Amino acid sequence: MTQVKAPIDRGRFSNKTVFIMAAIGSAVGLGNIWRFPYVAYEGGGGAFILPYLVALLVAGIPLLLLDYAIGHSQRGSAPLSFARLHRRLEFIGWWQVSICVVIALYYAAILAWSTQYIGFSFTQAWGDDPEAFLFGEFLQTEAGVVSLEFVPAVLIPMAIIWLVTIVIMALGVQKGVGATSVIFIPVLLIAFCALVVQALMLPGALDGLQSLFAPNWAALLDPAVWASAFGQIFFSLSVGFGIMITYASYVGRKIDMTGSAFVVGFANSGFELLAGIGVFSALGFLAQASGAAVADVVSAGIGLAFVAFPAIISQAPFGALLGVLFFASLVLAGFTSLVSILEVVISAVRDKLELGRVAASLAVTVPMAIVSILLFSTRSGVVVLDIADYFINRFGILLVALVAMVAVGWGLRRVPWFADHMSRFGSIRLGRWWVVLVTYITPVLIALILVQEAVTAITVPYEGYPAWMLGVFGWGAAGAALIAGVLLAIPKWKQTTPLEAPPHDEEVIR
Amino acid sequence: MTIDAILLMAVSMLVLWGGLGAAIVNIVRFKGPEPDASMRDL
Repeated sequence: MTQVKAPIDRGRFSNKTVFIMAAIGSAVGLGNIWRFPYVAYEGGGGAFILPYLVALLVAGIPLLLLDYAIGHSQRGSAPLSFARLHRRLEFIGWWQVSICVVIALYYAAILAWSTQYIGFSFTQAWGDDPEAFLFGEFLQTEAGVVSLEFVPAVLIPMAIIWLVTIVIMALGVQKGVGATSVIFIPVLLIAFCALVVQALMLPGALDGLQSLFAPNWAALLDPAVWASAFGQIFFSLSVGFGIMITYASYVGRKIDMTGSAFVVGFANSGFELLAGIGVFSALGFLAQASGAAVADVVSAGIGLAFVAFPAIISQAPFGALLGVLFFASLVLAGFTSLVSILEVVISAVRDKLELGRVAASLAVTVPMAIVSILLFSTRSGVVVLDIADYFINRFGILLVALVAMVAVGWGLRRVPWFADHMSRFGSIRLGRWWVVLVTYITPVLIALILVQEAVTAITVPYEGYPAWMLGVFGWGAAGAALIAGVLLAIPKWKQTTPLEAPPHDEEVIR
Repeated sequence: MTIDAILLMAVSMLVLWGGLGAAIVNIVRFKGPEPDASMRDL
């Protein structure tokens, strides 16, 4: 085997278990806990398993395998990997990096809220009206205006979270990113299992499960339900925006990448099912306790976590324990995802500027921490967050995933080569089925979802926010990510950075 | 819970958790070559 000295030490996962845990840590995030249960409930209940499974097998895992193939074969961050595939495709990598910057900025704010709510679970600080408490006393929200007035209850935990994050990122791929997931993911699983057990023992839990799993077969004839199943898989699996490309570049040549992809894909979906059972059991209890139907208390996202769950905690026996388990799960799941999002940016900066690990980590995370705190610890933070999240998920992640697939599959026609690369040491051979899925079927499905989302976003102002706010923080953020991607691809790579991927049989010394 | 809801819950568990179990068994039983040495992130 040929051995060459790499121009810089990029870091590396020590074995496939660490890689798989890191990939699961990235995939399992807030969306698994607060988005999937609602999407499944709205999408036909028990019948939703059919479109969801089809989406996982037809689009989710195949796209995950494509990300793995790009990173594992090209041995670089997203921009370097795309540059090695074709110099003109480098902008796709930087576009993905820019999307990660936007997401990381607001993700830290949600972790800060969750951290505060762990403490609030003991005092039930929200009193009788969790919604009024969240937007009033806690976030001090000012609707329709941009405020630079800081909210100390958000600013302080945000500063702490960024400090911890900076230390972890500076520790490197194995000791920072990998070790975080190896510790946090088992703890998250234990905490959430305990939550599910407690929720299942609450009165009314079976009514909640009935609402979640009662099949509505007619929903399967609705294209919107299939679109939401594919959307849920894309959003929750961390595919298409550089994370899995980056992680795969840190894995040894002879690791079973295809088998790993199936473990990660099913672990992510398996956790979503667990979340659905826990969340709907608790919602069933809330419905019974408040004398309402489950349909009247169902919610998703911020409303589920910071309004519905506090109401459950207030009324449930051992509510404080339920609250600690729930909000700690949000923090754990969100933190491993935040780390993975930041790794995309740090890895790209390291590759481009040939910086050391600590220098690159500080150069990326310190400015991001400052901007994040300035934007999202203010009284208008929650509005900006909500708009940015909605638009960057759709017209950032979905769009860049589509462009990447079209460029690699139709432009370069490299998918069959990727299939050979992945099958070389993989336990599951990628045959013609995968090539067809990634080249034709998945791009067409993503394009259809994007068109549907674009029509909705243009015709119905999201959440009724003012047009200028949607323009600046929604369309503006998504558009800025694309423009930043194009601009960042202009500077040339250093001469010491090879723009050809290392050969197949080469193990680069890191 | 109704019978069909229980059935769909069981099917969902079987497919997703069973799929995860099968994927783990596959990767554990696969005897592919591993890297010669585990290099550190220095």
